[in-house]
Amino acid sequence: MSISVNALFFAAYRDLVGSGSLAVELDEGATVADLVRTLRGRGAPFDALPEEPAVAVNRTYAFLDEPLGADDEVAFIPPVAGG
Amino acid sequence: MSAARLPYSAVGEDPIDPAAVLARVGHDADGAAILFLGVVRDHADGRPVDGMRYDAYREMAEGVLGEIAREAAARLGTDRVAVVHRTGELAVGEVSVAIAVSSPHRAEAFDASRYVIEEIKKRLPVWKKEHYADGQAAWVEGEVPPGTARTRRAGGPRASEADAGVTT
Repeated sequence: MSISVNALFFAAYRDLVGSGSLAVELDEGATVADLVRTLRGRGAPFDALPEEPAVAVNRTYAFLDEPLGADDEVAFIPPVAGG
Repeated sequence: MSAARLPYSAVGEDPIDPAAVLARVGHDADGAAILFLGVVRDHADGRPVDGMRYDAYREMAEGVLGEIAREAAARLGTDRVAVVHRTGELAVGEVSVAIAVSSPHRAEAFDASRYVIEEIKKRLPVWKKEHYADGQAAWVEGEVPPGTARTRRAGGPRASEADAGVTT
C-alpha cells in the first residue's frame, strides 16, 4: 500500500532541514510532486522548501511528475554552483 | 599518463595537481593543449573572502562530470579531455577545478574546454559556501539545472492530485 523513499538534502537545503537524509512513506504510485507536498505539509522547516524544487531520482535529474518506487533515492538539489 | 582511460573525470577531496591533469591529455597528433583552472579568489561582490567550502552530491556528480567529459570529447573529435573537481575546504588561491584538453588545432580545444566549465556551472551537483573575512558565510547563488524543477508536461495535470498521505 505504501512505499518508503530516501530523501536527500544538500547544501542550503541540508542546513534548512537540519539533516542530510530522511526516510519518507508515500502511497504507492506517488510522484516527486507528492513527496514535495508531503514534506512541505509537515510544516517548519520543510515548508521553506520550494514548491517546485530541482530533484534527482536515483542520481538522474527528474521532473516533478516522475513516479517513485520503493527505496528510490530522491535528492533535493539547490541551484548548483560548481566550478 | 596519456595511456590512461580517456576522457577522464574525477570528483574528490584531494588537492588538484594541475600538471598531472594536463599530463593525462596530449598526443603526437595534437598541436594544441589547454589547461583551464578554476581558482578560489579573495573577494565576492566587493566583499573580502577567506576561503570556500565545496560540497557535492558525490555519487551523482561523478556520473554527471563523466557525461560532460564525454560530450566535450564528442565535440572535440578526440578523447583527450581530463577534468577534476575538488570538494571540501579550500583556501584562497587553491584550485577548485582543472580542465585539460588537447587536439590537433586550437579552435576545437578552446571550444571543448569552455564547454566543460559552462556545463559544470549548469548541471554539476556541487555547491560552494563562501567564508567571508568578517566571519560570516553564505552559499553562493547558483543555477537550476535543466530537466528538473517542473513537470514534464508543462501546463498538464499533475500525475497525481491526491495527497500522498503520511509520515515517516
